[in-house]
This record gives sequence, C-alpha cells and structure tokens, in this order.
Amino acid sequence: MNIHEYQAKAVLAEFGVKVPQGKVAFTVEEAVAAAKELGGKAVVKAQIHAGGRGKAGGVKVSKSLEEVEANARELLGKTLVTHQTGPEGKVVKRLLIEQLTDIRKEYYIGLVLDRAQGRIVMMASQEGGVEIEEVAAQHPEKIFRETIDPATGLNPFQANNLAYKLELPPTAVRKAVQFMMGLYNAFVAKDCSVAEINPLVLTGEGDILALDAKLNFDDNALYRHPDIVALRDEDEEDPKEIEASKYGLSYIALDGNIGCMVNGAGLAMATMDTIKYYGGAPANFLDVGGGASEEKVTAAFKIILSDPKVQGILVNIFGGIMKCDVIANGVVAAAKQVGLDKPLVVRLEGTNVEQGKAILNESGLSIVAADSLADAAQKIVALV
Amino acid sequence: MSILVNKDTRVITQGITGSAGLFHTQQALAYGTNVVGGTTPGKGGTTVEGLPVFNTVEEAVRETGANASVIYVPPAFAADAIMEAVAAELDLVICITEGIPVLDMVKVKRFMEGKHTRLIGPNCPGVITPGECKIGIMPGYIHTPGKVGVVSRSGTLTYEAVYQLTVRGIGQSTAVGIGGDPVNGTNFVDVLKMFNDDPNTEAVIMIGEIGGTAEEEAAEWIRQNMKKPVVGFIAGATAPPGRRMGHAGAIVSGGSGTAESKIEKMKECGIRVAPTPSEMGSTLYTLLEERGLLEVCKTH
Repeated sequence: MNIHEYQAKAVLAEFGVKVPQGKVAFTVEEAVAAAKELGGKAVVKAQIHAGGRGKAGGVKVSKSLEEVEANARELLGKTLVTHQTGPEGKVVKRLLIEQLTDIRKEYYIGLVLDRAQGRIVMMASQEGGVEIEEVAAQHPEKIFRETIDPATGLNPFQANNLAYKLELPPTAVRKAVQFMMGLYNAFVAKDCSVAEINPLVLTGEGDILALDAKLNFDDNALYRHPDIVALRDEDEEDPKEIEASKYGLSYIALDGNIGCMVNGAGLAMATMDTIKYYGGAPANFLDVGGGASEEKVTAAFKIILSDPKVQGILVNIFGGIMKCDVIANGVVAAAKQVGLDKPLVVRLEGTNVEQGKAILNESGLSIVAADSLADAAQKIVALV
Repeated sequence: MSILVNKDTRVITQGITGSAGLFHTQQALAYGTNVVGGTTPGKGGTTVEGLPVFNTVEEAVRETGANASVIYVPPAFAADAIMEAVAAELDLVICITEGIPVLDMVKVKRFMEGKHTRLIGPNCPGVITPGECKIGIMPGYIHTPGKVGVVSRSGTLTYEAVYQLTVRGIGQSTAVGIGGDPVNGTNFVDVLKMFNDDPNTEAVIMIGEIGGTAEEEAAEWIRQNMKKPVVGFIAGATAPPGRRMGHAGAIVSGGSGTAESKIEKMKECGIRVAPTPSEMGSTLYTLLEERGLLEVCKTH
C-alpha cells in the first residue's frame, strides 16, 4: 500500500526523523492559511501517488501569499503526467504546503529488502534528487550499503559508516546517524516494504532533513497497522481494484479487452502471457485464490464485466484446493445475474472437473469449452 | 529414490484442527502419507481422524517421532509456528500459509541460521513424491511416480506441468513448490542441487516468475553444475512494472526481475524454455527424446 508524501513525513516524524514544517491543504483557502503560518513563503507540492512530480511541474516555490494562492489554484484539479503515472496522469486533489528549505546539498537514503539475503539493506548515496535506479545502473560504486541483522537492528556504527561515506560535514554526522536510526525504526515498526528519502538534504544551517519521503507498506502486515490503513487514499486506486479487495480477490486492471479469471497467481500471469502470445490483450490480472466460494467467484465475474473494455472472458481453473464445481456454479450464477452477452471460454482441470463441466453444459449458457490453456487462449482471441 | 520426502517421512500437521489443516490432513492420509499426529495449542489430548493432537510441536515430536511438519496456521501466527518447528529440530518444515508479513520471514530466516531444519515455502503448495508421500494442497491424482523433477514458485503452474507430464506418460520423482514470497526457506538452487544428486531424477522442469533474481542465479548454477537436462518457463511477461501480481514476490521493481531478462539468462545457460505454459510438457518430451532419455522416463 502507498501513502502520500505528507502522510509519510508525519509517520517518520513520530520516530524522530526530521522533516520540514508543513501542512496538507485540500483547497486554495487552506493552502493560503497554511502558508501564512509559515510566514508567507512556501513550497506548494502536489500530492499524488507517483514520483517525478517536480519535473512534471507539480512542485512550485512560492515567495508570497499571492504566489501560493496562484500555484494552489493552478495545481488543484490539474492532471499531472509523470513518468510513473502513465499517459493518463493523475488528478491533484491534495497539496502539501511546506516551509522553504535552504539546500546546501542533496543525498539519497533508502531501505529495501534484499531478497537473496533475506535482510533489510540501507542504501545511501551522494547522488540525491535523481532516480536511484539510474545511479545503480550507471555508477553502482556510488551507492553505499549496510545489511541489517534483524536480531540487533541497524547498529549506530553502520549508520556512522554511511554518514562518513556520504562525506557529510563533521557537525552533521551525528544528526545523520539519528536520522537513519529513526528511519529504520519507522520501517520496522510500521512494516514498510520500501522507504526512500530522495532527496535527503543538508541545509544551510547544517541540519539534516527529509525533503521528500516515500513509504510503501507490506500488504501482508496491514492487519496489525490500522493507523496506516486509515491513510489509504481510494482516489489513487482503480475502483475495480478496491471492489476486488473487499472480496479478498487479487485484481489488477490492464489495457486489453479479454477479461481473465484464474486460480493461482502464477497461472493467472501465465494465462495473460498466453493470450498475448496468440495475439490478444488481457484486460486484467485476477486470481480468485485457493479457497474461493461461489459468492466470491460471482463477485469476480461482475468486476471483470464492469470494465467497459472487456469484449470476452477467459476462465482458466486448475483445481487443487479450488474445486471446479464451485467455480462452475459461480460462473453460471454470475452470467445469469448480469445477463452475459459476451463470448465466454472456460477451461477446467483438476479437482471435481467432471462435475464442473456438467454444471456448465446443463446451464443453458453459450459457453465455449477448451481442453488446455493454449486452446482456451486461441479460442477467446478468435472470438473478440 | 526421490528428494525431501518419501514413504518413511513421518509428518505432523501444525494447525490440524483448523478447516484447511483438517481437510488437507484427510487428503494426505487418503493418499497414503504417513501422518502421525498434529498440533493445535489448547486441543492437546484430543484426536483427529484417529491421530493424536498435541499442544506443542516439541511434545508431538517426542511422542510420535515425527521428522517433518506441515503448517496450515493463519498468517499472523505462521512465522512463530515455523520457529517452533525449527526449535523442535524437525528435518523438514513445509509452510503452506500465504500472507505472512515479510519482516516476520526476515526474522525466521535469521532464527534458522545454524540450525539443520530445511524450510519449504511459505506461500507454497508443498512437496509430493508421487505414490509415496503428499504434503500440501496439490491434487494427488494428477501425479504419477517417475523420473522428472519439478520445482516452481507457483502452485497452479506446478499442477499444469505435472499434469502435462502425466498425460504424456512421463512420471515425476518429486514436485516441489518453493513458494511465491520474496523471502523463503528454500530456493531454486537448493532444489536443483538435490535433483542433480538424486539417482532417480533424469530431468527437471523449473518454473519461475517475475520479481527478484532467483531464476538468474539458478540458471548460472545450472550452466556450471547441472548434469541433467532442464526445461524452464517464466510467468509474467505481460505484467506491468511496479504492481504486485498476486504473489508478494512477483513484482518488477526498478527495471529488475523482468520475464525477458530471466528467459534470456535461462536460454544463455542452456535451459530449454517453453514458449507458453501449455508447452512445458511437450518441450520436455522433445528434449528427453533428443537426449535418448525418453524410454527411461516413460511410465510403462
């Protein structure tokens, strides 16, 4: 799960991570009021769940209340297109009004999971304010790393190592160490999957501040963080994905016209790949999971059909825990409820496959049966 | 011969009185797996399907002589269940549970350092040696005893591969689901090593997916060490970057972990890559024919 920059900064501040003073604004009036509190000058920052906002014109330095007002008016409601939003962009509905910072130098600090080691790694670089992936690709030697033992957590000496490698002025080292310790503590306490401070800045006064902050959270751990769940901004998510999550379905909207319903994440991905291989385009990723009920299958089917791009549906089930007759009943119930008028290809295999096929045959629906995934993909591609 | 599990494996089910634990214990018993008991804290002293239930794994091991466990406890308690099994010094722990917080698994991995227990999973279908021992949620009837090893990050794609082999008359030595989470107990290389050393395995199907670099590392290991032919498949070529595709570990991030890079590396290392998941079985069949291994791998 993602949250906005202003929310991430508030979370980090709880752990002693220093962030600039600032306030969220949903209207121009709130923006002006917040800027007044900061003494009239402020940075107006568009809050959307995507990086690259600065380059896309979503961050405006404002030297007076009039400028704050003009910039807030321009940004609120504007569709911002960055390299991370896709061509359709994202509409700005919230602003962060933040104090101006006197930047002496920009750095990068991040925490990620190293999958091969099964450990959290802190990364630091003097190349702040640019995409860390680019630095990693072109100058891997400019990224310094410390692997963290979960038994001890981040040790102060490790933070110290990184601070010296960043060649910070001696007076800022202790502040940087405190900053890193706080960042790690927040990461662990809130079950983050990614924490990125880019840029971390050294100010003219010698302070260490998080000028930007990105926190992503481990979806598996959200059950123990109701405070984080409360920060969810549904405007930033596809409504079909929100609906799917209510039923515990794993759904991701894509650009194509063939709706897919599959059990198992690997098979769901492979089904999309096979559709593409035979010249079609999948409209979604949808894993109904292992223990799906008839109701869940019906809900899944309705969510697929709520996408106006969908011109046909492919159901691909290899029953393990999932029984084919349960799927078949769900498909039939949903198709009847919504009055299905689009081609439907079904491939069933595995547990209770004969009962499943019988239910589909006796349903009176025009369902095209397929023998294998390849067969199913070719049939649906030909029908849409 | 086989790897990891066989007819002598003595299994306990952790979470045996829960609905998933109970259902799959019944299925395992029906398949002929040597299930010797189970645990559910607070239900010790009762029986399920004629099997004794214990409060702790330590007690279950002492009373039954179990050497393996399978875990069906909910995600919030699963990491603790794994560590309990490791502390009880079981040889093998298979964790089926999906949805364990990543940082819990980071702790588990640290806890397991220096201990001899092998963990399979979490978020996996389990392990089966056809005809001998089924531990997990896979449908038993699609399997046939034989000589092809299967290792996969995905449950349902494992079933696809196994089924395609069975209908072509090719049996399996052992099928291992290593799970779809970013931090797991056993990786591809661990399983490939076992298949390489197993005299009853003649060839291997390896099924990966987007995210991480485990497939690339496995491909390099295969190039340098593998004596047996390997067929590969990678799921997720059409997955958009930055999105988690169901499995917590299936995400392309920062341009790394793409299907393209994995497929390219596998081909470069001599792995025969199936173009679609429907062709995993036929690709292996052709490869066995070319290597003169078809006759030994056919189940007569």
